Amino acid sequence: MGFEGAMPEISLSINGAPVTGTVEGRTLLVEFIRETMKLTGTHTGCDTSQCGACTVHLDGKAVKSCTMLAVQADGAEVTTIEGLAPEGEMNPMQQAFNDHHGLQCGFCTPGMVMRAMALVADNPDPTEAEVRHGLEGNICRCTGYQNIVAAVLDGAKALRG
Amino acid sequence: MEEFTYTRPATADDATGAHSAAEDAMYMAGGQTLIPVLKQGLAMPTDVVDLNRVGDLAGIQVTGDAVTIGAMTRHAVVAASAEVKGAIPALTVLAGGIGDAQVRNRGTMGGSLANNDPSADYPSAVLGLGATVTTNQREIPADEFFDGMFATNLEDGELIKSVTYPIPEKAGYAKFPNPASRYALVGVFVAKTAGGVRVAVTGAGQDGVFRPAEVEAALSADFSAAALDGVTVPADDLMTDMHAAADYRAHLIVVMAKRAVNQANGQG
Repeated sequence: MGFEGAMPEISLSINGAPVTGTVEGRTLLVEFIRETMKLTGTHTGCDTSQCGACTVHLDGKAVKSCTMLAVQADGAEVTTIEGLAPEGEMNPMQQAFNDHHGLQCGFCTPGMVMRAMALVADNPDPTEAEVRHGLEGNICRCTGYQNIVAAVLDGAKALRG
Repeated sequence: MEEFTYTRPATADDATGAHSAAEDAMYMAGGQTLIPVLKQGLAMPTDVVDLNRVGDLAGIQVTGDAVTIGAMTRHAVVAASAEVKGAIPALTVLAGGIGDAQVRNRGTMGGSLANNDPSADYPSAVLGLGATVTTNQREIPADEFFDGMFATNLEDGELIKSVTYPIPEKAGYAKFPNPASRYALVGVFVAKTAGGVRVAVTGAGQDGVFRPAEVEAALSADFSAAALDGVTVPADDLMTDMHAAADYRAHLIVVMAKRAVNQANGQG
C-alpha cells in the first residue's frame, strides 16, 4: 500500500510524454517538475499556496504544484506551460496575453495562462465576473489585472473558434 | 520540509492501521493546509498517511431527508454537484467560495473539518445544519465535534469517513472573505430546520465556530433580514488580529447573517 522505508518511484505523463522518477515522500510536484524534469516554465512564487504561479494541470484540473507531493501525481497526466506550445508556436491563450499585454514582469504569467486554460475548458464563454472569480488563486503584483482579464476573455473567444 | 515516511493506503482500514502502527503519524487529505504546515515545520510527523487513494471516502449521496458527503470529496465536486444544489444549495455556495479554484480542486471537506481552522468555511455548515460526523469509530453530533481553535473531539488516529447533513427547509451562507487568503473574515451559515433556526459563525470566534444566541433568537421569531435590524452581537469573545478588530467582526456577523437569510429566502 505504499512506500514504507523506500524512496517512492513514480510514473506519470508530463506534457504527453511518459516519465519515471524516484522522489522522496516530501518532494513537491513543483520541485520534481523544475529540478528533476528541468521544465522551468512553472514558477515557484510564494511557496505558501497563495500566488498560483506554480499552477499546472493534473488530469485536466488546475492545481498548485507547490501544494502537492510529487508522489501524489503518480499515474496522473500533468500538463505544464511548456505543454501548451509543443512546437514552439504560442497557443491562442498565450497569443491573447501577448496581444493584450496581459503581463508586465511576466513572473505570474505561466500560472495565469494555465489557470485560464482550465477555466475556459470548464466554461468556454465566461463573463468578465466569472474570469475575475476564476483567477482568484493567481496573484499579479504588476498589472492590476485589467489586461489579464481582457486577455483571458479574448483567448476564450479565440479558443471557441 | 522534514523527512517523513509516506504511505498510500487503498482502504480506510489500512489507513487507520498505518496511522496506529506509526510513531507519530498524520493523515493527509487534500493537503492544502497540511503541506504549507509541513513546509513551515509547524508539524513534523514521522509518517504521513495519504488518504487520496482511499476510494471509499469520496462521494455524495442524497436521500429524501439528508445529504451525505464522503470525507475526501473535493470542494470543486461539491460546488458543482447538481444533487447537492437541489437539496441544500447553501452547501454548494459555501464549497464554491472556499479558497480559490486550484485549492478547491484539491481541498476536501474532511480535511477542512479535522483541521478546524477558525476561519474555515465548512465548520459553519456542519454546526449550522446540525450535521453528524461519521468516523471509523462512531457518530459525532455537530454540537460535540468542535473543541476550540484548530481542535476537535476526534481521538488520535480517528478518521472522518463522511458527514451527513439533514436537509433544512431553507439555508444560506454568506462570507466576507479576507481579500488575500479568501478565508472568512466572517462567515455566517443560517438554516431554518424542522427543529428550529440554527446559525453558525466562522472566522470570528476566539474558540472557532460558534452559534450566536442573539441572531438565532431574532431569526427564530421571524426568519427575515429585517428581523436582524438593531440586533448586536457582543465582541467580547471575538478575534482581533491584523485583518480586523473584534468590534468590526461583531458588526460583520449581523451584516453577513442578513445576506445569508436573504439568500435562504431567495432574495439575493
